[in-house]
Amino acid sequence: MIRIGNLEKSYGEQKALKGITLDVENGEIFGLIGPDGAGKTTLMRILVTLLLPDKGFATINGLDVVADFRKIRTMVGYMPGRFSLYQDLTVAENLQFFATVFGGTVEANYHLIKDIYGQIEPFRNRLAGKLSGGMKQKLALSCSLIHAPKVLILDEPTTGVDAVSRKEFWEMLNNLRHKGITILVSTPYMDEANLCDRVALLQNGSILSIDTPAKINASFKRKMLGVKVVNTSQRYGCVNLLKEMKGVDSVFSFGDVIHVTFHHADIDEIIVREYLFGKGQQDVLVEEISAGIEDVFMELMQKN
Amino acid sequence: MDRINPERTPIIKVENLVKKFGSFVADDNLTFNVYPGEIFGFLGANGAGKTTAIRMICGLLEPTSGRLEVAGYDGYHEREKIKRNIGYMSQKFSLYEDLTIYENIRLFAGIYGISRKVRLEKTDEMLKKLQLEESRNKLVGGLPLGWKQKLAFSLAIFHHPKVVFLDEPSGGVDPLTRRTFWDLINEAAHQGITIFVTTHYMDEAEYCDRVAIMSEGKIVALDTPAALKAKYQADSMDGVFLKIARNKE
Repeated sequence: MIRIGNLEKSYGEQKALKGITLDVENGEIFGLIGPDGAGKTTLMRILVTLLLPDKGFATINGLDVVADFRKIRTMVGYMPGRFSLYQDLTVAENLQFFATVFGGTVEANYHLIKDIYGQIEPFRNRLAGKLSGGMKQKLALSCSLIHAPKVLILDEPTTGVDAVSRKEFWEMLNNLRHKGITILVSTPYMDEANLCDRVALLQNGSILSIDTPAKINASFKRKMLGVKVVNTSQRYGCVNLLKEMKGVDSVFSFGDVIHVTFHHADIDEIIVREYLFGKGQQDVLVEEISAGIEDVFMELMQKN
Repeated sequence: MDRINPERTPIIKVENLVKKFGSFVADDNLTFNVYPGEIFGFLGANGAGKTTAIRMICGLLEPTSGRLEVAGYDGYHEREKIKRNIGYMSQKFSLYEDLTIYENIRLFAGIYGISRKVRLEKTDEMLKKLQLEESRNKLVGGLPLGWKQKLAFSLAIFHHPKVVFLDEPSGGVDPLTRRTFWDLINEAAHQGITIFVTTHYMDEAEYCDRVAIMSEGKIVALDTPAALKAKYQADSMDGVFLKIARNKE
């Protein structure tokens, strides 16, 4: 559905995209995962025809983003990172506006937004600027869907959103996918990668990896131990002890588990447990664990 | 070392604290204590009343009723003194982008009344620790986000406040930077600075000594992450958060 080849874009001296190549299949949820400055927004703006690339190409459903920009605009729904609806129009007026701009009506495609818009319909006469964060998000999604796009492009829809609303939002995306809409979504939350069919890990304008979340996790080949400190007030001390341990490569906190990797494959749970015990850390659980997206991301970051 | 000792005098004392805007009750009878050197996590859905509570505790907003004491100062009549004794950093605003690193330091030091001698000493020490010595005359606007955040945090604790408030401090940075940032937070806590932090990253909630969860203007849970996970039978703080939100419905 989306094809991108060797795409480059610079802002003056600053290279935002350094040759991006990726394909998004029809009907999948594809995630662009990376921190601020990775190039996620630039890539999306080129796809929605708001920016011109310096080099390379991008097509959506076979249409070129530069030559066929008018046609592409009718096929793509875009939700920018910053709330961009008309704050001085009401909820219903915003929706009406976006439907008619594309030459349609709200009624014609209401089935697409029923589940989402239904939740904010009781506030249909409220000004968009007076909505809460979660409601604004639902209205913005409704407005980007009302012309029945084939592709939905969402720029960090869950940034700054609490864990519960984030979960609800991903459920909405899943429902849309079942209606046949292809979704390209960006996020700085690594855990959301697991909710996508495939993801590209982005850093400084380059792709670190593209695959399914499961295969990306499996690409982490080294042994990793997870250390859990029972008395949490000793965790900081334990992290520092592990950093000082011989043969240790990396030590990172992941919630209540400390992830540790080694230069030597023969260091195991028993050696680590004995080392910590010797340093006065008796209440620790050490076991071998498998890596997650963040582990892989950090490993790839350091390699590049 | 046990950082949460209830025998110690709290650094933040909140009792039946209420804030109303007209008929809207933003904060409804909040009661909690925060102890010196503790990392205290303050979580909740958007619109739960966190920001209003933080603004009161920072001395920016007068409470409607209830008791509030921060670093020994009263939340009604000594708000200027509270401001002097705390540090604050938010994701949205912390540094002046069109000033250099050193100019930002001078500005912050000046605002908090730090003498020239102390400022010069601490500046070198801080820039060395952050490995920014070479960049001291560079504009802050041109720095990578991760550096800005570490610098902003170091400036927020430059005057060695009793409490520092961090409002979603780690948004948008890469996972490596996010962790080195938490190393700085832990270090500050071990130097005795109390950390009051809000975040939407649930793994970061695990790094807190205690966590308060707000919902619809009330504190609905307050305990150590381990105790909360046991109580709500969840294996992560994410699970706790989701269960609390569901119970509410």
